[in-house]
Amino acid sequence: MKSVRYLALGDSALIVEFGDAISLEINSRVTAMDDTIHQAKIHGVEETVPTYRSLLVRYDPATVGLQKLVSTIQGLEKTKEFAGEQVHKMIEVPVVYGGEYGPDLESVASYHRITPEQVTRLHSSCSYRVYMIGFIAGFPYLGTVPIEIAAPRLETPRLKVPAGSVGIAETQTGIYPREAPGGWRIIGRSSMKLFDVNLDPPALLAPGDTVKFKPVTEGDYARLRAGENVV
Amino acid sequence: MRSGLFTTVQDRGRYGCLRYGVPISGAMDEYSFTVANLLVDNNPDAACLETTLIGPQLQALNDLQAAVTGGECELLINGSVTPMWQTLEISKDDIVTLGKMRSGCRSYLAIRGGIDVPLVLGSRSTYLRGGFGGMNGQPLSVDDVIERFHLPRIDTRLSVSSSQVPKITSTFEAHCLVGPQADMFDATGIDTFFSCPYVVTSESDRMGYRLRGSLIAHKDKADIVSDALLPGTVQVPKNGQPILIMRDAQTTGGYPKIATVITSDISMLGQAKPNNRISFSEITLEDAYKRLNEYRERLRRLASELKKQ
Repeated sequence: MKSVRYLALGDSALIVEFGDAISLEINSRVTAMDDTIHQAKIHGVEETVPTYRSLLVRYDPATVGLQKLVSTIQGLEKTKEFAGEQVHKMIEVPVVYGGEYGPDLESVASYHRITPEQVTRLHSSCSYRVYMIGFIAGFPYLGTVPIEIAAPRLETPRLKVPAGSVGIAETQTGIYPREAPGGWRIIGRSSMKLFDVNLDPPALLAPGDTVKFKPVTEGDYARLRAGENVV
Repeated sequence: MRSGLFTTVQDRGRYGCLRYGVPISGAMDEYSFTVANLLVDNNPDAACLETTLIGPQLQALNDLQAAVTGGECELLINGSVTPMWQTLEISKDDIVTLGKMRSGCRSYLAIRGGIDVPLVLGSRSTYLRGGFGGMNGQPLSVDDVIERFHLPRIDTRLSVSSSQVPKITSTFEAHCLVGPQADMFDATGIDTFFSCPYVVTSESDRMGYRLRGSLIAHKDKADIVSDALLPGTVQVPKNGQPILIMRDAQTTGGYPKIATVITSDISMLGQAKPNNRISFSEITLEDAYKRLNEYRERLRRLASELKKQ
């Protein structure tokens, strides 16, 4: 196991870095550390930001200095107080694949010389871990997609990707919570609401959660959007 | 009556939501923002208007008290030149104009009581890209009505001494701590960053400033697996030209971070505009803490001085 690096990000944040790769092992350590720090309620810690490979810990230097903070966290790691990763959610996300909803489904298929149906099947056949929330509010970085459908970003990013779009970028997949510019290859669309400022927490997904995509018809998508239940 | 180039409602910021992909937002020049509130005896976190380069023209719908701070703009009440950095008495139907910026980039207009817009995730700050906060997530537009919370009038006209008014020129000095990815640059790359001033380009807004200057070489690769960012972080993408992250930036990024500007220098950088120059220099963490302490102490002292006026 790679050793942990403690790096200062300016005068008010510490980066606890577990590696530099997209890996389940590294990300699990990030979420475990995140959960542990939350439970420990360290004096002076204002918020934490779990990412692919590191945990940002924002602190108030008037309350706790960097050195003290690092030794407290190192202490947590060594003792039984290291609670480890908590149980996370499993969410099923209905997606209408292809057509106007997934303009890049064909290009992902032709990139791998398979059919669009095979891309759909492969994309919806496995479960994905939420590695990080970032880019725009509530955007989940999910991974990793089967290598048979991993595809590079578009050479020219779109100025507008519609809300709900499901995209692929290399071995990552993600869902756009709202309209935004973006270069991910869009293979489908979901009606699921991923971000709502009126909810607590505002983001539906959190690192460590599991997402499974479920192919639905255009009709189901429309009904789901209208708030109806689809069996 | 006129919205100005880009005028938004901002408070101190939206803290605690980075993990949901929501940036801190809030006033780009926190110092001037705080002083504007102090000058109308508001809670120092109350929401203000932040203008950009060309301010708005507003008509008062009631008698009110206000204050304008920040970048030096041509401030007019009914066409008469009026000083910034003091309590202003504004009567119903008065026309307040925040004209062209003479120095700096952003001015703050505080209204006694503070601007009344809903709290979204604990803050009233506008976050344009997320479409929430402030006036429905949008900049001010013509015919918008700005509501305020009602507080009794203050009896004294408050003002700050000229020594408390930041001197904004076209050059900025930013003290930094190196890292967290300093090890992705060789010594020459880091030397370059700390020895050559960088020009703020026109691709600069509340999200961040793209800078132009001497190329900063990476040791090897110029990408990292994404991790978290904060305002003040300086990223260097493959083209070797640094990007200074500001308050509305996305919360994660995939470029190596060469250095991070200390908290007490970020307010001033909120006044940088295109073609201004920023010189970065390295300081120790201890000095950064000291300067942050001094910065906070300065605001505390100013607050208690104003209370006595």
